[in-house]
Amino acid sequence: MRFDDEPTPGEGLPILPGHSSPGRFERILRAGKFAVTAEIAPPDSADPADVFARAALFDGYVDAINATDSSGANCHMSSMGICSLLTRKGYAMILQQSCRDRNRIAMQGDILGAAAMGVCNILCLSGDGVQSGDHPEAKPVFDMDSISALGMVRRMRDEQQFMSGRPISSPPRLFLGAAANPFAPPLDFRPQRMAKKIAAGAQFIQTQYCFDIERFKTFMAQVRDLGLLEKAYVLAGVGPLASAKAADWIRKNVAGVHIPDAVIDRLAGAQDQKQEGVDLCIDLIEQVREIEGVSGVHIMAYRMEDRIGEIVTRSNALDGREPWRPAA
Amino acid sequence: MKAVRLWSVRNARWLKKVYDGLEWILSLLNPILRRIGYDRLDKPFAAVEGVVKGFLFDSQSCGQCTLGETGMACPMNCPKTLRNGPCGGVRQNGGCEIEPEMTCVWVNAWEGSQQIGAEQTIQIIQAPVDNRLKGRSAWLRALRIKVGSAS
Repeated sequence: MRFDDEPTPGEGLPILPGHSSPGRFERILRAGKFAVTAEIAPPDSADPADVFARAALFDGYVDAINATDSSGANCHMSSMGICSLLTRKGYAMILQQSCRDRNRIAMQGDILGAAAMGVCNILCLSGDGVQSGDHPEAKPVFDMDSISALGMVRRMRDEQQFMSGRPISSPPRLFLGAAANPFAPPLDFRPQRMAKKIAAGAQFIQTQYCFDIERFKTFMAQVRDLGLLEKAYVLAGVGPLASAKAADWIRKNVAGVHIPDAVIDRLAGAQDQKQEGVDLCIDLIEQVREIEGVSGVHIMAYRMEDRIGEIVTRSNALDGREPWRPAA
Repeated sequence: MKAVRLWSVRNARWLKKVYDGLEWILSLLNPILRRIGYDRLDKPFAAVEGVVKGFLFDSQSCGQCTLGETGMACPMNCPKTLRNGPCGGVRQNGGCEIEPEMTCVWVNAWEGSQQIGAEQTIQIIQAPVDNRLKGRSAWLRALRIKVGSAS
């Protein structure tokens, strides 16, 4: 999907009335289209070709790409680096910024830098603890948390000020996002926590993997009752599982991922477990689409990024719409 | 002490009342306190506070207390020092992502805030910690904010 006013790659689109950012992703959501985002696997290398090759897997299938910020506290190429490379090609990037590794001075500097490079979307996260990654001896920073970080970015954008009150001459025009995990205790607090994130500035929400549809439906009903559906766009997190064994490992070892037994049983009973994982993901997309207030899906296909094309095509998540892709 | 901390959350309701009462007494004493000088009082106040709140809540003495708004659970005991709610990593049994044997501070905070009837105050967005206030008296600070003489 190309807009009439497409700029040269790396430059922003004109900001439409009522929009916060010069980005394609915000336009698609505000136009009421069902949006698809995906998580790019950051390379353990300094070669830009690795980034371009990984992004190319998504060409024609996604509206925006999340660049993770050393997720799981494992060291990889930075979200900033990936966004910098890909915005120059014209990709719509979602910069993920965790509070684990940087204090407020570094974060605010990065926000200005990212916006200057053409990043139009930011996802503010608290971040995984350093203990879960490959550098457990590192100092956890957590100067901010996801909610105060959202407030900080919003203030930079809307009041044109650093936290110190010092003015910013040209503010970062960003569309603000946050994460939500409807599946972790305390369950009754989760919708309220999302309300808090929205009150702090979040305009879109990407959720943790939704494998428990019944629980997700309950959460979305609570969110609707709090009046949040009018205030933010919710993208449900989905993804293919490689096998029953992998799924079992994930639920035991990856923080915050809830996978019901029924899902494991379905994978275990299949001849081709990897294909079953893809099929399951497609089924889940079809199910979450039916839930009121779901504006898109966020596909996290860890080590199965090459299957995203199949998942998007077969689920018809884009309703035949063709997302922007770089010119050949 | 974990046992005492959990006891405090379970008894959040009346502890909060005691806390509010303490604030009231302090505001009565304010004219005297002001005459002695807040700065001169900060060290002894912080010392008493550290012992009392340390015993009852495992307080980490951040100097900008949120206990009344977080169900009498000190959010600085969260390994990520999150002040606005639980992260997405809480285990299905309510255990902390980082220290599985510890119940998530925010699971406790949510319990405590329901006891107090403070579901509204847990929604207040807490500012990030001012690191300059660490180890200083949060009581005196709250008092000064309440009576409107500086922060």
